[in-house]
Amino acid sequence: MSSPPVLSLNKVTKSFGAMVANDNISLELAEGEVLALLGENGAGKTTLMNILFGHYVADSGTVTVFDRELPPGRPRAAIEAGVGMVHQHFTLADNLTVLDNIVLGTQSLWSLRLDAGRAIEKLRKLADDFGLGVDPLAHVRSLSVGERQRVEILKALYRDARILIMDEPTAVLTPPEVESLFVTLRRLIAKGLSVVFISHKLGEVMDISDRVVVLRGGRLVYTTATGATSRGALAEAMVGRTIPQPSRIQIEPGRPLLALEQVTVRAGGRKALLDGANLTLHEHEILGIAGVSGNGQNQLADLLSGMIRPDEGRVCLDGKTVQPSPMTMVRQGVGRIVEDRNDLGLIGDMTIAENLAAESYREQGFSRFGILRGVALRRHAKDLIEQFDVRCPGPDAQVRKLSGGNKQKLVLGRVLSRAPRVILAHQPTWGLDVGAAAYVYDRLLAARRRGSGVLLISEDLDELLRLCDRIQVLYQGRLSHSMLTKEVDRRELGLLMSGHGMEANSCTH
Amino acid sequence: MRLEPRENVSLTLLITGPVLAVAVALGLCSILLVWAGASVTDAYILLVKGALGSRFAISETLTRTTPLILTGLAAAVAFRAKLWNIGGEGQFYAGACAATLLGTGAISLPAYLMVPLLFIGGALAGGLLLLLPTLLKTRLNVDEVVTTLLLNFIVLLFVNWLLFGPWKDPMAMGWPQAAPIIDQGVLPELLARTRLHAGLLVAIGSAILSWVLMRYTVWGYEIRAVGANQEAARFAGIPINRTVLRTALISGGLAGFAGVAEICGLKGYLTLDLSPGFGYTGIVVAMLAGLNPLGVVLSAFFVAVVYNGADSMSRALAVSNYIADVITATALLAVLVSMLLTRYRIKLK
Amino acid sequence: MLDILDLLLTTGFWAATLRMATPLIFGTLGELLCERSGVLNLGIEGIMTIGSMAGWMWVFQGGSLWGGVLVAAAVGALFGLLHSIFTVYLGLSQHVTGIGVTMLTSALSYFIFRMMLPDVTTPPKITPFAPVAVPGLSQLPVVGEALFVQSPLTWLALFLVALVGWGLYRTPLGLAVRMVGENPMAAEAQGLNVHLIRTGAVMAGSALMAVGGTFLTLSAFDAFYIGMTNGRGWICIALVVFASWRPGKALLGALLFAFFDAMQMRVQQQTVVAIPYQFYLMLPYVLSIVALIVMSRRAAYPKALLVPFRRGER
Repeated sequence: MSSPPVLSLNKVTKSFGAMVANDNISLELAEGEVLALLGENGAGKTTLMNILFGHYVADSGTVTVFDRELPPGRPRAAIEAGVGMVHQHFTLADNLTVLDNIVLGTQSLWSLRLDAGRAIEKLRKLADDFGLGVDPLAHVRSLSVGERQRVEILKALYRDARILIMDEPTAVLTPPEVESLFVTLRRLIAKGLSVVFISHKLGEVMDISDRVVVLRGGRLVYTTATGATSRGALAEAMVGRTIPQPSRIQIEPGRPLLALEQVTVRAGGRKALLDGANLTLHEHEILGIAGVSGNGQNQLADLLSGMIRPDEGRVCLDGKTVQPSPMTMVRQGVGRIVEDRNDLGLIGDMTIAENLAAESYREQGFSRFGILRGVALRRHAKDLIEQFDVRCPGPDAQVRKLSGGNKQKLVLGRVLSRAPRVILAHQPTWGLDVGAAAYVYDRLLAARRRGSGVLLISEDLDELLRLCDRIQVLYQGRLSHSMLTKEVDRRELGLLMSGHGMEANSCTH
Repeated sequence: MRLEPRENVSLTLLITGPVLAVAVALGLCSILLVWAGASVTDAYILLVKGALGSRFAISETLTRTTPLILTGLAAAVAFRAKLWNIGGEGQFYAGACAATLLGTGAISLPAYLMVPLLFIGGALAGGLLLLLPTLLKTRLNVDEVVTTLLLNFIVLLFVNWLLFGPWKDPMAMGWPQAAPIIDQGVLPELLARTRLHAGLLVAIGSAILSWVLMRYTVWGYEIRAVGANQEAARFAGIPINRTVLRTALISGGLAGFAGVAEICGLKGYLTLDLSPGFGYTGIVVAMLAGLNPLGVVLSAFFVAVVYNGADSMSRALAVSNYIADVITATALLAVLVSMLLTRYRIKLK
Repeated sequence: MLDILDLLLTTGFWAATLRMATPLIFGTLGELLCERSGVLNLGIEGIMTIGSMAGWMWVFQGGSLWGGVLVAAAVGALFGLLHSIFTVYLGLSQHVTGIGVTMLTSALSYFIFRMMLPDVTTPPKITPFAPVAVPGLSQLPVVGEALFVQSPLTWLALFLVALVGWGLYRTPLGLAVRMVGENPMAAEAQGLNVHLIRTGAVMAGSALMAVGGTFLTLSAFDAFYIGMTNGRGWICIALVVFASWRPGKALLGALLFAFFDAMQMRVQQQTVVAIPYQFYLMLPYVLSIVALIVMSRRAAYPKALLVPFRRGER
């Protein structure tokens, strides 16, 4: 690094309650550089960038941009200093236009007129320069995920950002979209911008970055030039220990447990969000559903959770058609592990014991004549806490205060204690660290050994390839034919995930 | 300014919170007393004396506590399920109407059957009145806050019509009031030579039952789950609509109880001023109690002290008795803040 | 039936419609501003009441009529500030806080009124706004007098509909207000102060509500009565839903509503068939519920309505 840094963080520390999210972190970004900020979920990457951008205020430490120290807690100051942030969860208002979303905050609030003409002109120029075309008058709700990300980048460029912070930008993209994002990033670099690229995916980091900084448990543990390191070294720095790989034994699948036949879900809209989907799940089997979120994953998960009903087609359990409702699915032995464990899987304001009984409180053991049996609830909770190694003060603790990993263990405990025949697992390791994820894998594989069928919906190809017997790809509501895991490769899956070859396959099953 | 969640909330904090809030409210309202030219200490001493200074004063305060416990419970139960029932006033009158319909001679039973019949009738009327906006909420996604509020006005006009029209008691010298409840329907006096009546026992009994309901029963579990996170409750297989409708029947029923208690215990007949806003004050009562049914008994008593005390204080010091409404409203807002501060601490930066 | 047709042709009827719509226009616009920024303001009923009292009291104490309007607006803004401290900065339940604000402001209005005028039995009166005629247009036959001779506050209300509509959709400030009501995180990420914008919107909206209230005491009537707002605030909340959060439709809703209300009063006076007057008086409330039922199915609430925004929370 010869030129002076455009951005430097100096001894930044931030804690939330007892948890130290960032511990004395210092780093620098050079001009024209892509710096990868690598770390597991919960390592403190996003917190650090939110401090840099002024969403959070650090307990101590400073942020310096182009030799000027930023006042803490003021996003506006960061923007004016030339920092642009592309958030992982896009900060766009669906009901407003692209233009509205972009120009917001660029004019004085007291000026009397939104200068749309000039804004459109400037946007057009940016679009040409960087290859970021998007219709400025379209409503954001009508855009694809890739287009929304483009709007986010345009938002930063529109404010003449010189430093771009991208928080897990590839999480929601298909492999070809990732490619085109990288092309854009390289163009930005060529024009002299600098980029901080936050990720937990090693491959991408190796691909795009010049330098890598690894965070673990809130500390900066490793800094290196990308060319001077390897995936293995980065992985070790990121995880800090070796995690035993889950072992998958060979078992022959048994009889079919769950089948979807030509299922279409519109969920009130006109467009089919799940379009003539077919699948069959057997005993002793893990069936993976690959694909990028937003292609019908939520609808598939909702359907099997009983939250929605199919508009067309049949859902069969053990050969019998069922009308999905949460209670039906529970009673039919479907264990449901959903992506949103915070707001859907669990009730944060209730106790662990109450949450663990949420699917079974009406049953004999837990209530009689409409009166809850508190002792039984608590004993049940104690057993599961022990069995699933949940770190918590006790069965009467509020769920909201637990960590993500412990919440997921609660969900697993609730589901598996009922010995479900079918398990729906939607992004079961989302937001978990490697250790907690490995635990989830073990439990799912154990359930498979015992004879359950697991439907694993995931965006993580590694996860799918490691766990599944068969894989189907979900793209724009359509499910591909099923493939034996041992016969597919990543490239083929990547193509299917971005829609290539789907038409030809979608009818066979 | 930032809010930081507290790691552990101590029990003392939970109890001192509302007490402090009330103190702050009384402090703020003393500004008005000063403006009105009254001595603050005199005013509050008179207030306490007026409410608790004699056997009669205490009996009067307890008499006023009775309907407030019931409307407070109505709000507490509904709010727990995040069913925003602001229609306690209307449900109160619905209960009173039902008691009048059944209790003025249409049916005559011995007292041990008559009184329960009137309460059941009143509860049904109140419950059904809340069922309508609740059905609109669950079926058509119509916000229940506005519909329950508007129904209060509609019910009051309806009662107005009844009292000037078909139900007008010809023996009432032209006053708009209905015929009196027959003797078997009248609640017994609780304390000799006072107006305190057995309605208080009904109210306290209802509070205990509500507490048991919320804490130890399947229904209570469902109500709390639906209130804490409706989508998560639905996901777990808890029947949302059934729970919300059941909550509506219970909540409306409790407010209906209040109407029956007032008519059968205190007034004896239906009038247009049967309730000086008991339904609305019930919201304050419920919030002061942190939605805890047993706490409702205490907070209803407190609010009754404020109202009865303010009545006699205002006579002595020429301060308008609307001061009582100001105090309770301020206490409501103060207790909201105190509830926040028990869960978060404020950091100024 | 013919009676009704006759009625529709009387000038007085149309004048009354516009007059009765005026407080609703103010109130609905005010609530709309609050909700567009993501804050439900159930304080509206009480804020209208305290506005009507404050404006009237100012004039009664010798102040000017327009001074009274300003005082009402200021008092409304003050309680809007209170509501936003509670709901925006502290993130408390917008439902309960709003009810609390309504209770507090109503109680304060009555308390202050009673303390300042302890001895009166009949409410004292002031000289209200005189109607203003639009030059030229008021000379038109039939409709002229009805539609173009109105209280200046009515003209102000109509002007404000246009102003709020223009402001919301055509200015950076309006875009900011819409954005904090749709996705506050997006607004913050663009460097806007979400809390400040929401507070501003709630204060401005509350000021409008209070002016709507004071129209009652300074223009429609000439005195202040206990209970005079009489649920108009709640009706405005229903009208906001009916208007799909759009100022133009809010005007339409208020007019439609006032039309039925005015009709109800005339029919009540004219018909021979004795429907008790209480049922006529119920009509506005019933209509509000009907309006809610009709519109709620496709109501597109601002996405962040009722959701507090807490910075740096996780």
